[in-house]
Amino acid sequence: MFRRYMRLLRVRLRASSLLAMQYQADFLLDGLISVFWMASALVPLFVVFQNAQRQIEGWSFGESLLVIGWFTLLQGILEGAINPSLQGVVEHIRKGTLDFVLLKPADAQFLVSTENFLPWRALNLVAALIIFGYGFHLIGRAPSLPGVAISLVLLGTSVLLLYSLWILTVCAAFYVVKVDNLTYLFSSIFDAARWPASVFRGVLAFVFTFVIPLSVMTTFPAEALLGRLPWTALVWAILGSLLFAFFSRRMWLHSIGRYTSASS
Amino acid sequence: MSVRGTLRALPTLLRVGVSEAVAYRAEMLVWVLGTTMPFISMALWTAVARYEPVGRYDSHEFVRYFLATFVVRQMTGAYAAWQINFEVRQGTLAMRLLRPISPLWSYAAENLGTFPLRLFLVVPLTLFSVSTLGTRSVPGTAWGWGFFLLALVGGWLITFLVNVFVGSLSLYIESSNRIMDLWFAFFLVCSGYLYPVELFPPVLRGLLDWLPFRYQIGLPVELMTNAHGFTEALGLLGRQWLWVALLLGLSILSWKRGLKRFAAYGG
Repeated sequence: MFRRYMRLLRVRLRASSLLAMQYQADFLLDGLISVFWMASALVPLFVVFQNAQRQIEGWSFGESLLVIGWFTLLQGILEGAINPSLQGVVEHIRKGTLDFVLLKPADAQFLVSTENFLPWRALNLVAALIIFGYGFHLIGRAPSLPGVAISLVLLGTSVLLLYSLWILTVCAAFYVVKVDNLTYLFSSIFDAARWPASVFRGVLAFVFTFVIPLSVMTTFPAEALLGRLPWTALVWAILGSLLFAFFSRRMWLHSIGRYTSASS
Repeated sequence: MSVRGTLRALPTLLRVGVSEAVAYRAEMLVWVLGTTMPFISMALWTAVARYEPVGRYDSHEFVRYFLATFVVRQMTGAYAAWQINFEVRQGTLAMRLLRPISPLWSYAAENLGTFPLRLFLVVPLTLFSVSTLGTRSVPGTAWGWGFFLLALVGGWLITFLVNVFVGSLSLYIESSNRIMDLWFAFFLVCSGYLYPVELFPPVLRGLLDWLPFRYQIGLPVELMTNAHGFTEALGLLGRQWLWVALLLGLSILSWKRGLKRFAAYGG
């Protein structure tokens, strides 16, 4: 069962790569744009920290760079692996072609989640590593080994959270038909994750911790790298993301159950 | 169609635009919710300025600035580039071309049609800003109001004309959406949307005065929050309208030449 799905995933990855190569001009432009986006994401940080001694809420320039690094990495995953496929679902729902997906002998959520990848976004991983390197260079020490291990675990939980949130957004598409802009809404909210969570206070702090757990996704791994993440936070992140994943899966099954083809 | 005919058709076009905006109000709400970035910037910058002000901005000043940014973004929004791209690819642009009035007018009317709905958000927010932060949240003088409104119109025109220009490029290449994305990235960084233009390093600030981005958001916001004296404001407005004129020429030229290549494929 597991092996079959792995093979399916491989086939689909290859198909997307071929598709991406087919339009070469687009392919190059895509690459250029991802590089540009990453660079532009850094500009606000430089503006904030023009005065190099400044700290925001206890985060120095180097430490904030770690948050940006995680943001870049997750953005790459979001835009390269999650967004394109799930945008496809919205299209399927509108055109009524989701029926064909549902008829296939594999899990529908798996099928729609692996429909399309943008291989160029892998560049974000390289950029993130460079940002991490520069950040630690500024801080003046290397991350501890357990810190790295914990942050990798947190990378898993972050991706799971991101994916679950996306599935929930897509479930909304079953109820409101015209939702191409939900993608836009989602990515603009995700943008808040580029800043250390302690920046946000009051209502925003509550929302970004419990409703849309952005702070868990980027600030926690950065703190883990710095070796100052409390153990309880790690446990909560794992439990929380599993809960989110479970909830989004139930919602997906529920929405699919309610789905009546658009064409009929 | 004659100028008089176009003018006569405009009110109807605008009415259609408004009805369309009302019909897709849920979609509009999502768009508006997607422009929450000023609030995130606000949280960030007030945190930065909590202990010492940045330039002339303390926490209050930042709140005022970003509330104004939200208002201005709502009032200067346009999305014609995506419309044009979509319609060129689907071939439905042919329908618009059949009408006896240039599609550019109908795009403008549709984009402007969302205004009345946006006012429901913009007016209360402005009132809130005035009531909590004082009257400096809106222009303090008669000329200030005049300049502010002029800057809003100019800002909208720049945004719309850029949309038309980039959109018309889709008549030459398959899709110009990516070019629009690129423009948008520059816009975010250079327009004063994420932080006041003043906070840029001095070297770049001179460059920003000559680029169009600042005149889409930054200038109206600065005029709304009384950042400039009369002569300075006049100079900046002059540059803004220079960009309007330039983009008007550029977009109409590229649109007209592009249309000759349009073959309504896909339709």
